[in-house]
Amino acid sequence: MKNRAAYFGVFTALALILSYVETLIPIRFGAPGIKLGLANLIIVIVLYKTDWKETLVLSVSRILLAGFIFGSMFSILYSLAGGILSLIVMTVLMRSGRFSVTGVSMAGGVSHNIGQLVTAMFAVSTYQVGYYLPVLLIAGLITGALIGLTADAVLGRIRDLDFRQGSHK
Amino acid sequence: MMRKNDLILAAAVILAACAIFAFQYFSRRGGEQYVEITVDGEPYGTFSLNEDRTVRINETNRLVISGGSAVMEWADCPDQICVDHRPVSSGGESIICLPNKVVVSVVSSKESSLDGIAQ
Repeated sequence: MKNRAAYFGVFTALALILSYVETLIPIRFGAPGIKLGLANLIIVIVLYKTDWKETLVLSVSRILLAGFIFGSMFSILYSLAGGILSLIVMTVLMRSGRFSVTGVSMAGGVSHNIGQLVTAMFAVSTYQVGYYLPVLLIAGLITGALIGLTADAVLGRIRDLDFRQGSHK
Repeated sequence: MMRKNDLILAAAVILAACAIFAFQYFSRRGGEQYVEITVDGEPYGTFSLNEDRTVRINETNRLVISGGSAVMEWADCPDQICVDHRPVSSGGESIICLPNKVVVSVVSSKESSLDGIAQ
């Protein structure tokens, strides 16, 4: 199974399953839009094991598929904005080499929520949703830290796996 | 495993969240309040509560704004309910003079125009 397409399929399936698992968690946090973001676990791991291009394609496919299956047109828009912004931030921080997986993931969680909030501002064309900003910052930090610690543990155990094998490079 | 930089990042985000929250909290409290006057459903005028003044409404009512609150000082109607109404100062409060169809309501300059959230 040492080729990119197969790995990519497995990652997409894993991310989708985690999106599904998340819909089963009945906990509702105070403000709308606060979720654990379990699927981002896969995004962080794949970002560290491959490169940002691969992760971007995975992230977008995951969001589109999960959005069509579990969400709505709006949730796809919000998720795309959040997902792409957080991927950019995480890539930059990862390349800087100054942060651990947990730190990178925390920044990802925070920027994910910022991206969603900015989209929401445009969608309802009001700045009032900005009142959510402090809550969303803290929420992103906490969920990002949880995802990051988990990703760190997983990455430690799959250190010997190389998902880039069989790539065109 | 967390590095020192991770903790600095977390602290910075928490600090930013607290700063934004504090800013919002104080700007909302210190936000300027206005009285919006309508006569028979038609807008008559909007006046800041921070400026002391007397507003004559169509020779039928007189509203006095002083010290951040508004009170109906005089009305030509027989029941005088609006004149007896206590002064209004915070968002949502209103004085209504039914015989003259005058409605004075306090609105915050940053009144939320949000009426729904897509989840």
